[in-house]
Amino acid sequence: MRFVTLIAALSFSAVASHVLADEVQVAVAANFTAPMKQIAADFEKDTGHKAQLAFGATGKFYAQIKNGAPFAVLLSADDSTPAKLETEGAAVAGTRFTYAIGRLVLWSAKPGFVDEKGEMLKKGEFKYIAIANPKLAPYGAAAVEALTALKVLDSVQPKFVQAENIAQAHQFVATGNAEIGFVALSQVMKDGKIGAGSAWVVPANLHQPIKQDAVILANGKGKPAAEALMKFLQGDKAKAVIKSYGYDL
Amino acid sequence: MLTAADFGAIWLTIKLAAIVTLILLLVGTPIAWWLARTRSWWKGPVGAVVALPIVLPPTVLGFYLLLVMGPNGAVGQFTQWAGIGLLPFTFWGLVIASVFYSLPFVVQPIQNAFEALGDRPLEAAATLGARPIDAFFSVAVPLAKPGFLTASVLGFAHTVGEFGVVLMIGGNIPDKTRVVSVQIYDHVEALEYTQAHWLAGGMVIFSFLVLLALYTLNPTGKKK
Repeated sequence: MRFVTLIAALSFSAVASHVLADEVQVAVAANFTAPMKQIAADFEKDTGHKAQLAFGATGKFYAQIKNGAPFAVLLSADDSTPAKLETEGAAVAGTRFTYAIGRLVLWSAKPGFVDEKGEMLKKGEFKYIAIANPKLAPYGAAAVEALTALKVLDSVQPKFVQAENIAQAHQFVATGNAEIGFVALSQVMKDGKIGAGSAWVVPANLHQPIKQDAVILANGKGKPAAEALMKFLQGDKAKAVIKSYGYDL
Repeated sequence: MLTAADFGAIWLTIKLAAIVTLILLLVGTPIAWWLARTRSWWKGPVGAVVALPIVLPPTVLGFYLLLVMGPNGAVGQFTQWAGIGLLPFTFWGLVIASVFYSLPFVVQPIQNAFEALGDRPLEAAATLGARPIDAFFSVAVPLAKPGFLTASVLGFAHTVGEFGVVLMIGGNIPDKTRVVSVQIYDHVEALEYTQAHWLAGGMVIFSFLVLLALYTLNPTGKKK
C-alpha cells in the first residue's frame, strides 16, 4: 500500500515538474564535457529547463542516433556529422550552427617537458604519444594534419598510442603512461590558464579548423527545451564559458 | 571481406589467448590445489580475490592496472627499475592484464575437480609409498583432467572475449595490442558495418563452437 502511494507521489511530482519545466537529452562530444556541465547548470538556473547530458565520441552518438537513441540535441565534435544527420533526415534542417571552434594542444603531465614551440616533436625524445583515433575523432585527424604540416609524421607515427576518444587520450597522458599527447585545449584549460604540466598550443593554421556544430535532432523537433538550449548556447553567458576553456568562437 | 589488419588482429588474439592460457595453467594449478586442500582461515579471502574479476567491471580492472603499471604506480616503478620499461601499450602488458582477468575461469574448474577427488585416492597413493609430489602428478592431475580441460577452454575463450581491459591499457597499436574485439569496435565506430559483421559473426561462431566442444567432450553431471 505504502509502495503504491510512493509511486503515485513520484509520478505526480514527475508530472508536476514536467508542466513547469522541460527536460532535454543532450549528446555532448567528449572534449566539451567540462564547459557543458557549467553551461547546463546556468541553463537550468536561467530557464528552469533541465539538460540531461551524455558524453562520448561523436561517431558513437551518430550510430546511436541512427538507431533510435532518444537525444534531442547533438553537440558534435565536428561539423560533418550534424550535416550528415540533416541530409539523412535525422536532424532538423536549419538548426545547425557552430558553437565552438576547437583548439589542439600538445600536452604533458610533466612540467617543462613540452617546450613552447613544440620543437620536442622533432627531437623525438619520448616513447609514446597519445592521440585520439584519427579515423574516428576530429581532434585525432587534426593532430595528424599538424604532424604532416610539421613534416614529422613518419618519425612520430610509430610512437602513437591511439585512444578511442579524446577523453581517453587525456587519460593516457594524465596517468603518465604516455609522456605526451594531443588533446583538446578545453581539457587542460581552466579559467583561461593551462592547469597542470606543460603544453604547446598547436597554431590553428597547421590543421583544418575543428568546427564543432550543434543541431536539433528529429527527437527534439518542436520541443521548447531543445530550442531554448540552442538559443542559450549562442548567448553571451554560454559564450563566455566556452571561451574560458580555450575555444575560438 | 577480412583485410590484412583484421587477420593481424586475429593472429594477435590467438597468440595472446594461448600464452595467457599456458601461464594460467602454471599459476592457477597450485592456487587451485591449495584452495581445494587447505583448512586455513585464508581460504575465504584468497578465494574471494581470485573471483574478483568475475564481478568487477573491466573498466575498474583496466583503470587500476593503468595506474599501478604506470610510471607512478608500484608495478611501473618496479618494471622501470628492472629495465623492462612500462607495461601499458605493450603485448606483455596485455598478457599480465589478461592473466588477472581470466584467473577465476581457470582456477575455479581445477579447484572443483580437485575438491571432488576427496582424500581417498591420495591416501591410497601415500599408503603405496608415493611422495606428495608424486601423488599430485600421477594421481590427482590425471583424475582432475576434465577440470583442466574446462579450465583451458574457458581461459582461452575468456581471453579472446576480453575487451574493456584491453581498451583501457592497450593503446590500439596494430600487431601489438589491437586484438579482434578492439578491431570490431573500431569498425563499428567508423561505421564500417560490413567489416564489423565479418569479424563479429566470426566471433559468435567461434564462441559457439568452443562451448559446444566443451559441453560435448565434458558433459556436466558426469562428475568425476
